[in-house]
Amino acid sequence: MNPELKGFLLLSVAKMLVVFVAVLIWVALLTLMERKVSAWIQNRLGPNRVGPGGLLQPAADGLKNLVKEETLPKVANPILFLLAPAMSFVPALLMSAIIPFAAPLPLDFDFSLPLLGRFVHAGSTPMVVADLPVGFLFVLAISSMGVYGIAIAGWSSNSKYSLLGGLRASAQMVSYEVALGLSVIPILLLAGNVSFSSVIADQQGGLWYVLPLFLAFFLFVVSGLAETNRLPFDMPEAESELIAGFHTEYSSMKFAMFFIAEYANVITVSAMTVTLFLGGWDIPFTAWDQQGGLLQTLATGSFFVVKVMFFVFLFMWIRWTLPRFRYDQLMSLGWKFLIEVATVYFVVIAIAIHLIGRVWGVTDPRAMGWWLFALNLVLCYIVFVLLDRGLVIEGSSPQRRPVPPSVTSEAMES
Amino acid sequence: MLQAYVPLLLVVAFVVFAAAGMLVMSHWLSSYRRTPTKLQAYESGMPVLSDARERFSVKFYLVAMLFIIFDIEVVFMFPWAVAFKQLPAQSGVLLVAMLVFLGVLTAGFIYAWKRGALEWS
Repeated sequence: MNPELKGFLLLSVAKMLVVFVAVLIWVALLTLMERKVSAWIQNRLGPNRVGPGGLLQPAADGLKNLVKEETLPKVANPILFLLAPAMSFVPALLMSAIIPFAAPLPLDFDFSLPLLGRFVHAGSTPMVVADLPVGFLFVLAISSMGVYGIAIAGWSSNSKYSLLGGLRASAQMVSYEVALGLSVIPILLLAGNVSFSSVIADQQGGLWYVLPLFLAFFLFVVSGLAETNRLPFDMPEAESELIAGFHTEYSSMKFAMFFIAEYANVITVSAMTVTLFLGGWDIPFTAWDQQGGLLQTLATGSFFVVKVMFFVFLFMWIRWTLPRFRYDQLMSLGWKFLIEVATVYFVVIAIAIHLIGRVWGVTDPRAMGWWLFALNLVLCYIVFVLLDRGLVIEGSSPQRRPVPPSVTSEAMES
Repeated sequence: MLQAYVPLLLVVAFVVFAAAGMLVMSHWLSSYRRTPTKLQAYESGMPVLSDARERFSVKFYLVAMLFIIFDIEVVFMFPWAVAFKQLPAQSGVLLVAMLVFLGVLTAGFIYAWKRGALEWS
């Protein structure tokens, strides 16, 4: 093995360990944060007995989960029952490996160790565990693998609640995945590349995509919420109807793994939103962060965490604010609203780019961004004011839609 | 080129190892006190009536089939979108091509909608 490759591997292992330890600690703290935020919203105190301000509560919960009794229902399929938590845990954690979390760090080293030999690295190293050229295609692929864990958990438990939860979850996740895939197409139209680093570089050269592609941002966040199975889309584990949905039969660490996977997914969706629409680790209004250096890496890294935490908090806020959808409303929102809007939206954006960029000859990305932003204001008005009047989600506002007389007479006859 | 995927392999190995480790640790450390009731499937405290694996609504199959069709359409749109940016000279032709493609897709979608494939009530 040549010294350069060894240096590269050493760096990769170091970055991997740092990222995974950080993500696991972050997940643990999120479980506490969720309880604290819910307590705050509901005017309670939340966990405050273990450690200062309840800070050690996640550690206590983890320990408790580790030593609790494992249950295995007699009717369950033992192998799949054991495999399902792992199949939901692995993809959830894999995704955090490919999102850039800070500005590239210039790092040169050349040293030798006994037995292992010489390690060499020169030039800047991207602050991401695996800088894949396929970028968010990988994220879409891996996130759809999460549905296997849930579907298999629901089926293998052989309990009615689990099965219903698993079925609902799979139908919901595949439905919103189409909308998720469609909502990132406008980004490709602007960036022209699927790798995260080029998407971030393109946003640094122009505007953050949240402005020129606001509707895509909205669609992405909504489908992302649905993909992570969180309220208002938590049909799979609607506790008032399905006990705990697909993980009804799970206890101890296997349950904890589903829990970790859920929070890791929340972090990933937030990080994806930040990377695709809010410039990733970019600090706005300054080019200082692109110079490269240890200080820049640390500053951009912290700024990235702040942005991600904003979305994590937003997700928790939404969870404790909105009621749950009914299942038919959920499916009609996905299939009859999000998919159409996303399709029409990317066609409109493509036509706009063609007209503005290639017919009018606007080449400056910033000017193009502002033109698209103006277009988005018009589109938002059309979608949210003209189209959405309780008509999008069927039955969500019966008062505004008087039932036509023909329907009522039919209903009375039947 | 392929070197970028080496760290990914490391990550996969690490995560699979972590998942297996958690399952094994919990298996070792947990206490077992099995009772016949505990081994039953949970049914809100009632005696379990029948096996859960009965027939379920055909709607779920329909959603799965529609998903496969539409997700593959989305996969076709990704290279188109990348080409749209990278070949600015042909963008008019590309736009027309996508509109034709979407026309065919929309016809199918309207058919599915009118036949009630998207209704849940």
